[in-house]
Amino acid sequence: MGKILLEGLYVLAGLICLATAYMAIKDKEHPAKFGTSLFWMLLAATFIVGKYLPPVVVGAVLLVMGGLTAFNQVKIGTLKNSDENFRIEKSKEIGNKIFIPALTIAVFAFGIAQFTDLGGLVGLGFGAIAATIIAMLMTKAEPKYIPYDGSRLLQQVGAVSILPQLLAALGALFNAAGVGEVISSGISGIIPQGNILAGVIAYCVGMALFTMIMGNAFAAFAVITAGIGLPFVFSQGANPAIAGILALTAGYCGTLMTPMAANFNIVPAAILETKNKNRVILTQAPLGIALLITHIVLMYIWAF
Amino acid sequence: MIKLIGVLIIVIGFIFRLNTIAVVLIAGLVTGLVGGLDFTEILSTLGSAFINTRYMTLFLVTLPVIGILERYGLRERAADLIKRIKSITVGRVMITYLVVRELAAALSLRLGGHVQFIRPLVFPMAEGAAENRYEKIDEEDIEKIKGYAAAMENYGNFFGQNVFIAAGGVLLVVGTLGELGIEVTALEVSKSSIPIAIIALVYAMIQNYILDKRLDSKYKRKNTESAK
Repeated sequence: MGKILLEGLYVLAGLICLATAYMAIKDKEHPAKFGTSLFWMLLAATFIVGKYLPPVVVGAVLLVMGGLTAFNQVKIGTLKNSDENFRIEKSKEIGNKIFIPALTIAVFAFGIAQFTDLGGLVGLGFGAIAATIIAMLMTKAEPKYIPYDGSRLLQQVGAVSILPQLLAALGALFNAAGVGEVISSGISGIIPQGNILAGVIAYCVGMALFTMIMGNAFAAFAVITAGIGLPFVFSQGANPAIAGILALTAGYCGTLMTPMAANFNIVPAAILETKNKNRVILTQAPLGIALLITHIVLMYIWAF
Repeated sequence: MIKLIGVLIIVIGFIFRLNTIAVVLIAGLVTGLVGGLDFTEILSTLGSAFINTRYMTLFLVTLPVIGILERYGLRERAADLIKRIKSITVGRVMITYLVVRELAAALSLRLGGHVQFIRPLVFPMAEGAAENRYEKIDEEDIEKIKGYAAAMENYGNFFGQNVFIAAGGVLLVVGTLGELGIEVTALEVSKSSIPIAIIALVYAMIQNYILDKRLDSKYKRKNTESAK
């Protein structure tokens, strides 16, 4: 049942991509209307009919989508938010009730995950539908804004919205090519096999360091989990949910301490006009280090 | 060793800020080829993993309602609420914002941002608190307050977000482990993120408490009676 509902929600997500493709092609001032439109159409296809396509075709579609972003053909169009005066006026008129639809999504997602066997994702989808209905009743917005604002936000998020999926796919490919074994055999010279504490330290510190180099904990997670997490932590009987999420947030500790994560650390310093462009990193480093150590302790005690 | 070339490509790609999606795909292709897979196998592996992990991008279904709420002043309302908070010290302004930001992240509310909240709201409020409390405050400490204000946004965002069951990070953990043959549910993963969310908040409170104490000992307090 959960699976069928989930397929239905994928179709819904696909329809939002299709709406975005349509808005892009109709957008007269769009800086790259054809590329952008094609990108979202292809993503729509993976959502709606992806399950029925041969995997090799989906792989080829991904290469086309990658090519479009590489040549900068996926861009934001000219869809606009309402003007500021309207927003201020409406926010006064509607008041704190405006938070209700937003909370609905979280409540549905958690409630359905906790109390049914449909899973949190179905909850997320139902929550989104319920929230949309409540928001439409509350704001009395014209229905045309459902696809319009959905497309506006999706174009803002842009092509990187598929990055988590691509990184998971990269992890699968690394696994098939045996990259994990190479990293783990290299590291097993340093870490004694069978030592849980050494494995936990290597996993957490590896995540933080790799994230600092790459500036992206999501990318680090795919690589380090295959190379270190699997052979040195999960294979020793770690609780996968606990060790998995702790490894990811150990990576976030690295994000706090690297100029490579420019959008979190360097750009904000510029926005605030600090004299030292590493000001934000300097502030975050003590907490980052303390929290990384806490991750190691917590994973060692709680995941085993 | 040659199999690690994909890792090298990713590192170089990120360092030179090349297009992320293209870098990831190229790293995958090259790794597959040196790992002995043929081109069709590589595309099939990529394709089937991509289809298996479509749930990671299911957040798309929430975008229309969030867009409509933004059209009707969601951010303006949140900013208004934060403005109403009366805080007497720099550290308390920071912590109040952090608590709001972290809760919002845990509920997957997209409220926050250095451009939307820190520069126009949190930093001026913290600076105002310092000016009200102390007779004068030097530039070096204004600079430090800027750093703290920006850091609160990151702390709240990073360590609160995974409490939400369909957060990108949660689904990445579920998906990556799934591709490696380990089954976990999103609910288990998101619940497991709660301790760190709380610990990060406590650490930030300590950091801000120390900041307040340091400012208090460095500067003379204004005589609040005569200031009124």
